[in-house]
Amino acid sequence: MSHDQHGHHEVKEPIGWMDKPEKIRTFFVVFYVICGALFAAEFLLLGAENAHPHPLEERMRFLVYPVYGFLSFWFLVLLARPMRKLLIRSEDYYEGGGRYVEGDSSEGGHD
Amino acid sequence: MTSLPPFVLFFVGALVVAFTKGTVRKAVVLAVPLIGLVMLWLGAGADVAASGAQEYLTLDLLGNTLSPFRADKLSLLFGYLFHIAAFLGFIYALHLGDGTPDGSVAADVGEDDIIGNSRAGLQHVSAMLYAGSALGAVFAGDFITLFVFWELLAITSVFLIWARDSKRSYATGFRYLIIHVVSGVLLLSGALMLAHQTGSVAFNDVGLDGNGAAGWILLISFGIKAGFPLAHNWITEAYPESTPTGTVFLSAFTTKVAVYALARGFAGAEPLIFIGTAMTFFPIFFAVLENDLRRVLGYSMINQIGFMVAGIGIGTAMAVNGAVAHAFADVIFKGLLFMAMGAVMTMTGRTKGTDLGGLYKTMPITATLCMVGAAAISAFPLFSAFVTKSMIMVAAIEEHHYIVWLFMLFASAGVLEHAGIKIPFFSFFAHDSGIRTKEPPKNMLVAMSIGAVLCVLIGAFPSTFYTLLPFEMDYHPYDLRHVTTQLQLLAFGALGFVTLVKSGVYPDEKRAVHVDAEVLYRKLGPWVVRTVGDAVLRVDAYVRASVMEVVRGALGAVDRAHGQMGPLARSWPAGSMVLWVALLLAAYLIFYL
Repeated sequence: MSHDQHGHHEVKEPIGWMDKPEKIRTFFVVFYVICGALFAAEFLLLGAENAHPHPLEERMRFLVYPVYGFLSFWFLVLLARPMRKLLIRSEDYYEGGGRYVEGDSSEGGHD
Repeated sequence: MTSLPPFVLFFVGALVVAFTKGTVRKAVVLAVPLIGLVMLWLGAGADVAASGAQEYLTLDLLGNTLSPFRADKLSLLFGYLFHIAAFLGFIYALHLGDGTPDGSVAADVGEDDIIGNSRAGLQHVSAMLYAGSALGAVFAGDFITLFVFWELLAITSVFLIWARDSKRSYATGFRYLIIHVVSGVLLLSGALMLAHQTGSVAFNDVGLDGNGAAGWILLISFGIKAGFPLAHNWITEAYPESTPTGTVFLSAFTTKVAVYALARGFAGAEPLIFIGTAMTFFPIFFAVLENDLRRVLGYSMINQIGFMVAGIGIGTAMAVNGAVAHAFADVIFKGLLFMAMGAVMTMTGRTKGTDLGGLYKTMPITATLCMVGAAAISAFPLFSAFVTKSMIMVAAIEEHHYIVWLFMLFASAGVLEHAGIKIPFFSFFAHDSGIRTKEPPKNMLVAMSIGAVLCVLIGAFPSTFYTLLPFEMDYHPYDLRHVTTQLQLLAFGALGFVTLVKSGVYPDEKRAVHVDAEVLYRKLGPWVVRTVGDAVLRVDAYVRASVMEVVRGALGAVDRAHGQMGPLARSWPAGSMVLWVALLLAAYLIFYL
């Protein structure tokens, strides 16, 4: 193993599990199965004991947590998107820069 | 030895660290927190367990009784925590000065992203004094002692920001210092007003009823350090600007001292419920948009402190226990996440989502440890936040704060989004950034591993941890329903993330900043000063010009009258004077005789 002038190490090009489509497919299948099982658990565990029961939580409980969790993510992102339009500025905004210009410094990001 | 205040060992340790190098310095930075922890456990810890709260040392200052070392279950919990945090932090920072490529970076990385490890001594000494100051603050039995350590916290920690040695970090450090000094001044003002009313400087329950402005001033002082809304940006500014190791220390002490102070002084103060809820809520929107992953963790910090502040505001035994337990857990799991991002920064020189991705191939251990931290903060069963945050949630619903509870539930999903998924996903997975590096130095991995083990130990064996909490309570986090509902919330939240990404709705990371309250003092404040200054200068110039014009006019008139050619400067013949006198005499005789 050797170092270049910037301290980087020459390593063999690694292959990760995300480079294999079948592994990604398996990952998502397992994930969806877990979601399905947790959804089904809602019906199976209706009579399960709660160590800290409260009438409101008891009334709200049925399907609230999965629906609330799912919708929270969408609400969060759908509200964050217009927020970005209002608040986004160039990276050097506080050093004298101005408004953010799409494509000027954007690197595309992850999708 | 039991009466020796815990901060003394750290201050002496800092002195030794300042004059040593190499192995000796490493031994000292590891020994001090370990010895301190053992001394605290066997000394004050045993005394408090046997006979309740203890006051080991009292001093007289101008008729006021100072108590630099008071121990009870509340202060002891934070005392243990700060020793553990210091120990983990020093293991993590052990490589500093070894010439390890701390920030060995690609050629295209900007100057501000390069992190030197040349200031190892400064960072070790600063961190040692900083940890000691935090201990001094939580064991302070009076406001004067608290004020001294409150200010020392700021003064000692700012060097961890300046150690980054960039133009931006210097500016950030100065702003950090000013904000914290203001907090200290408010603390002293409130304390003096309170002492005037009560005749005592003892730091006990303050509350907001019956103390007039003093209570509010103290609350604001504590709130600035805790990151209350509008005063929160020192966290999101300072943490990303510090060194990889410095941020780990910064994340452990200052905000948790503030949480301790709030728990001691304002348990049950109702405004805290709403302030805390707001803190859980608003940062998660910024965290979605933010590109710098250490800044994301800064927002995450505010979000987690929000849960603690709300718990303190609810004020029941369960809620306050939940708040301080969550503070304890947060130092460990947030420290672990900051360590993971610090390791990435150390090895790649980058911390932005746009630059990272695919590092799981070359940093698999760091990625795994990061995911443990992510699971802990997201409150997965068997991890720490599951057994701490849920106490606050249960307390909220027991006290009929239903809306607050719903906001907290939403904020819990938000935590999963930014800390549970975004941090590990964008740094270690997502698209392959092409960066090929290796695992960080072994000491970093050891520190992260210990942090990860603690996250699991607290989560898996909560009853042992609960014995350290200040109040007796009967709480069982593991029942089938709690486990199931929490897993449902998290799994379907993650499903929401998957659908958002797959549908292209999830916002891309962008090389940009998002304006927050800091714009008030970084842009608006300077603009106001500039504009007002310009206006004052313009008015000044106008007034000066007008006055000068008047003066010049007056001088001209005088010159015209008295100048060489002026009528008053002319020489008059004596004959004409005689003529005028004769005329005046004649007029007088005509009119009056």
